[in-house]
Amino acid sequence: MTIYNFNGQTCRGGKIKVKNLNFYYGSFQALRDINLDIPGCAITAIIGPSGCGKSSFLRLLNRMNDLIYGSRIEGSIELDGNNIFDKAVDVVELRKNVGMVFQKPNPFPISIFDNIAFGPKQHGKKSKIELEEIVENSLKQAALWEEVKDKLGQSALALSGGQQQRLCIARVLSVEPQVILMDEPCSALDPMATLKIEDLMRTLAKNYTIIIVTHNMQQAARVSDTTAFFMMEPDRAGSLVEYGSTSEIFTNPKDKRTEDYITGRFG
Amino acid sequence: MTRYFTDKLAKYIVFISGFTSFIILLLIALFILREGLPAFSEIGVFDFIFGTVWRPGIDQYGILSMIVGSIAVTIVSMIMAVPLGIACAILLAEVAPSKVRNILRPAVELLVGIPSVVYGLVGLVLLVPIISNIGGSGFSILTASIVLMVMVLPTIISISEDSIRAIPVSYREGALALGATKWQTIKGVVLPAAKSGIGAGIVLGMGRAIGETMAMIMVIGNSIAFPGSLLDAARTLTGNIALEINYATGTHESALFATGVVLFIFILLLNSVATVFLKRGSNAQRLS
Repeated sequence: MTIYNFNGQTCRGGKIKVKNLNFYYGSFQALRDINLDIPGCAITAIIGPSGCGKSSFLRLLNRMNDLIYGSRIEGSIELDGNNIFDKAVDVVELRKNVGMVFQKPNPFPISIFDNIAFGPKQHGKKSKIELEEIVENSLKQAALWEEVKDKLGQSALALSGGQQQRLCIARVLSVEPQVILMDEPCSALDPMATLKIEDLMRTLAKNYTIIIVTHNMQQAARVSDTTAFFMMEPDRAGSLVEYGSTSEIFTNPKDKRTEDYITGRFG
Repeated sequence: MTRYFTDKLAKYIVFISGFTSFIILLLIALFILREGLPAFSEIGVFDFIFGTVWRPGIDQYGILSMIVGSIAVTIVSMIMAVPLGIACAILLAEVAPSKVRNILRPAVELLVGIPSVVYGLVGLVLLVPIISNIGGSGFSILTASIVLMVMVLPTIISISEDSIRAIPVSYREGALALGATKWQTIKGVVLPAAKSGIGAGIVLGMGRAIGETMAMIMVIGNSIAFPGSLLDAARTLTGNIALEINYATGTHESALFATGVVLFIFILLLNSVATVFLKRGSNAQRLS
């Protein structure tokens, strides 16, 4: 499989290599034999019908599934060559490097400033000047600064849905991750807000590796560089059907099932 | 036709039942006011509340030392109960594995069911001798506060735990996904989000503390002297009423009712504060 290198310049975004990954919830197998090379500083879209394991897969990348009792993993996921399931890996450090934006915007019920400052504070940044700088930078990167710079002390819950989601992106950026995972980040947003987030993703992809799970085929086609198509097997385990550059997947899919899904014949 | 009739009937029944409790409250308030008012006019509101001498025999009715007694046991018991209660709520809601929780929770709930006279008895037999080793007779504000602490703990724990549980998982996930540890998540996100519920639990606990009578009478010593330290005996407002109402007549009886009025106002204030807390909490939840 070709690995697409989209920009030659130096990139802080991590590369991810998934090898023979199997994932179980108790006795139920949720993912089977996933092999995937995710390029750095690019946007990878994960598409597929409901229940095919897209979100489970995404949540493995920053080990959020650790929280689920009875989950079990086989195989490996390497971030820049290091297996994230290795015993020596500090999961807190991993999650700092691999940030996550959720389906429903989930700002904390505290001020806008404190929302962004929360992450850096937990990682030991205490000085007010430093925090102010981080908050401003993160909000600017998330294209939210102009809208909120005069009301940083207000509750984040008073923002609109789209603003809340950009706030959550800024919050992730505040801890300087290498990878940003997005789990259907626009599914709760209106078209205008969605467009803003997509523009933002394109900008961020210059410096970060972005992996987005989406139900919206147009969105995958619009924003992503590579696309992975997941599907449920007869025993309901999710598996990777096809992976390649987005243009290829959408114009010239190799697998019949991919074609059927993209043209809307099922799913 | 009949369907609408039952509908209306049900509505009226619910209305009347609901209003009954309100009317009962109103009647109680009116009754103690009516009985207490003569004392206020005869003694004078200021002399009654700020007088430090309570000697019904020579017509001296000042309840300041009892107000201080009630407030002292409430504050001291809350100082002990609040950190303990919140810690226990965090344990139950966030930390303990379900096996531990299944044992701890019923135990905490059982604490509510123990009659207050039993708390008083345990305090009397176990605690009074221990405190007397520190100083004084053992019948003291400190002893009473410790007994009260145990009595208000379940209130604080169960209301705090419920409000911690009500915090959406998405907040926790958001914090964990930023690389916060579990404790950082609890301290930085969960507790601030649950603070209005925890606040309400604390205020309701205070209401319970200030109203407690039996256990207080048994361990606080019931002295009418103004307490000088935590090891001194004192008397609470509730204890004052319970101890003397049996033989009081005239102004003395009215003064006891007036004590009840003061107590009533305290409880009313505390409950209003709790309501404000709870309302703020539900508003915050609605916004998210």
